[in-house]
Amino acid sequence: MTERLLEQVTACLAERVLDRHTRLGDVTVVVEADRIAEVLTLLRDDPGLRFNLLVDLTAVDYLKRKPRFEVVYHLASLETAARGRQPSGIRHRLRVKVGVSEDPCELPSCVGVWPAADWMEREVWDLYGVRFLGHPDLRRILLYEQFEGHPLRKDYPKERRQPLMGPRN
Amino acid sequence: MRERHETLRQGSDSFFATRIDRVVNWGRKYSFFNYPFVTACCGMEFMSVAGPRYDIDRFGAALPRFSPRQADLLMVVGTISHRQAPILKKVYDQIAEPKWVVAFGACTCSGGPYNNYATVQGIDTLIPVDLFIPGCPPRPEAVLDGLIKLQAKVQGAPGWNVPRHRETDELSLPVIQKPLA
Repeated sequence: MTERLLEQVTACLAERVLDRHTRLGDVTVVVEADRIAEVLTLLRDDPGLRFNLLVDLTAVDYLKRKPRFEVVYHLASLETAARGRQPSGIRHRLRVKVGVSEDPCELPSCVGVWPAADWMEREVWDLYGVRFLGHPDLRRILLYEQFEGHPLRKDYPKERRQPLMGPRN
Repeated sequence: MRERHETLRQGSDSFFATRIDRVVNWGRKYSFFNYPFVTACCGMEFMSVAGPRYDIDRFGAALPRFSPRQADLLMVVGTISHRQAPILKKVYDQIAEPKWVVAFGACTCSGGPYNNYATVQGIDTLIPVDLFIPGCPPRPEAVLDGLIKLQAKVQGAPGWNVPRHRETDELSLPVIQKPLA
């Protein structure tokens, strides 16, 4: 099942796939950062795949690796076999990974592909500082405007205090 | 004069003399109206201490007011995050004098176990605090002990119409101006 899905995805994306593997029933592909919007659109619109749900969009900070960050997309297809579109017969899932360098820490936005990406990309920007190019409203979502830094980065010291909160009296 | 004192001491007359601040403070210490600012797990302990088993009604502090404008005792119960801080400040400002603030639990005293980017490291960085009750969470007995200590503090307060808390604009308090998204 996973092998078949991996083949389908590879056929759909062709040379855009940099790396791929399956493990424990999960399929993962690694693609290039500047082609991510194109790749995600292909995965959404491919008649055999139809990944119409962005389950999650998050990031990982590997600190010493290059590129330092990895943005991870979890996709799923809600198309059912009864509607005659999905070859595998169950709702399949796919993980797409893309490396993002530290400087510039940028990635094309996929809000145009799935509107659900809006708040998820804002969260990744807020906590990891990955700037999503083309996002309609890239503001902090969990933290506040005057917050300095991106706290889920591995080099953010946990003792660091924010200017508005200050030290203890 | 001596005769009059003697009359008072024997209690043989229908009046007694004291100081107005003692009477007012005596009334205040037995009629706390608390505003429970409950944000986290300490709230369960607060419910326990407010319930019949531990019964803070014995100390006259049983009635929580869910508007800060009707309260005089701000119980800050639970972790205060940066996003919560301006709300706490606003609630504090809305309580009329005289008012008291109790930091309930380790998080409100010092940030507790949360030494991180999101947690206020003690609410005394935001507002003046009269009483700290440490513990994660504090035992109800600790809260009762704290309440009795606060009563002693109220009884011993100098004067009865002296604003005890500094004017809020004198406090250099951080206020996050931007509204929530």
